[in-house]
Amino acid sequence: MSASTDSAIVKLENVHLSFGQTQVLKGIDLTINKGDAVSIIGPSGSGKSTILRCINALVTPQSGKITVAGTRVDQLTKESERIQLRKRVGIVFQQYNLFPHLTVLDNIVLAPTRILGADKTATVKLARELLEKVRLSEKADAYPGQLSGGQQQRVAIARALAMKPELVLFDEVTSALDPETVGEVLWVIRDLIRDGMTSILVTHEMRFAEEISDTVVFTENGKIVDYGPPQQIFHSTDNPRIRQFVGGLSGGGRGAVRDGEGI
Amino acid sequence: MSMTATQAPKTTAKSSRVLRSIGFVAMPLLVVIWSLVDLTLGKELVEWIPYLASGFSMNILITICAVTLGTTAGVLLGLMQLAPYWFVRLPAQIYVQIFRNAPALVLIFATTYIFPFEIVVAGNYLPFPDWVKAVIGLAILSSAYIAEITRGAVLSIPTTQWEATKGLGFSRLQALRYVILPQCVRRSLPPWMNVASSMAMGTSLASLVGVHELMHAATDASTAVRRLDFTIIAYVVVMAAFFTLCYPIARLTRRLEQRFNAG
Repeated sequence: MSASTDSAIVKLENVHLSFGQTQVLKGIDLTINKGDAVSIIGPSGSGKSTILRCINALVTPQSGKITVAGTRVDQLTKESERIQLRKRVGIVFQQYNLFPHLTVLDNIVLAPTRILGADKTATVKLARELLEKVRLSEKADAYPGQLSGGQQQRVAIARALAMKPELVLFDEVTSALDPETVGEVLWVIRDLIRDGMTSILVTHEMRFAEEISDTVVFTENGKIVDYGPPQQIFHSTDNPRIRQFVGGLSGGGRGAVRDGEGI
Repeated sequence: MSMTATQAPKTTAKSSRVLRSIGFVAMPLLVVIWSLVDLTLGKELVEWIPYLASGFSMNILITICAVTLGTTAGVLLGLMQLAPYWFVRLPAQIYVQIFRNAPALVLIFATTYIFPFEIVVAGNYLPFPDWVKAVIGLAILSSAYIAEITRGAVLSIPTTQWEATKGLGFSRLQALRYVILPQCVRRSLPPWMNVASSMAMGTSLASLVGVHELMHAATDASTAVRRLDFTIIAYVVVMAAFFTLCYPIARLTRRLEQRFNAG
């Protein structure tokens, strides 16, 4: 996280958050530049997903500054202001959460037309382009229930992109998928990052994180332990905890990733 | 009423065929044969049929009005019960708890005697007919049932659906309208139909407060004719008529249930 703060699209400063008595974030500082791909890794319960939810105001921290694309997220008091922010920040969830009563195409078209008031014809055209991008053109008229997990997740990505977001948050998007379909989803995300979309990923796919990230952030117990280029985090860190975490995982490939994480 | 019995599972098809033949064949056949055997009885029946039919049209009218009114109010009340503000939630909860547990006959008596027989609107005296009071009585009951059905349906939608809409920048009301309620319609149709058919049967209670509907008409007829065999046949006609009113509703319910089980 080099560069000047001018190009920063997301900036968290000393963010503290607790749910009841449980402290989840204990002082997070994080700067993400436009066009960057950042992976957040770390053991379960370390606050990775909560960081994402702070960024698009799904949860509000008790203290600290959060700036997203020029908006002081921590100072938003009205739900309507948070909604304005969420229109500009896409999020993709672990469980895809497609709308089961709508076709794939309608899932993608719904939010831009109803929420942003976009033109229907133009949005349908955009939706078809996005479906092509996620390689699901032939499924436009299918219902979510007829698709595999990987296909549903790719539709969810297309749905988020249809809002033309300034950045996209990926919250463990492959964790609910069977190993055979993980690849097709990662492929789509890789394309997206190559196209220059600012992306923040919470992920357990270490090899993928190493391959596509500009920066890797390692969190544990609500704190950022270390961050830097993937090369540094995965191969030349001095921190014994990260070395243990990464080393225990990367050796055995995907299977080991799963076991090590105890999902 | 062309039933596609081939689509239904064997047992259901069989039982519904038996039911249908009792309603649509056995009862009318009994009436016709008896009338032909004793032509004096047949003559009386032919004379009274138009009177019975005029009564039956009132049952249909009350059913349609009560179910329409009850559904509209019920959906609103159901949503009010889920409102984030107590001053919206509480009145709806009280209303539902009181009226859901009231017998239909009590409500019909109550509305009959509480409302005046005429109302004054801008100096004009407008009659407030008893059948409208019966409609209100049944509508109150069905609205309380339908409020609970609506509330249950909304709560049965997974919270991840709300989360997905939030992530796309939907407001709470937009989420309800475009994502949550459309899914509720599918889920709550079968219980809604149960309410509709019990309201259809409940219309016969209106005879007790003097509304000229089918039961009332049959009682009039049997008092006028003063023949035991005519009285029996008149009430067989009543049963057959209620069957033709409720059977389509029950049939549709079963078909929808099957469709949702399959999908």
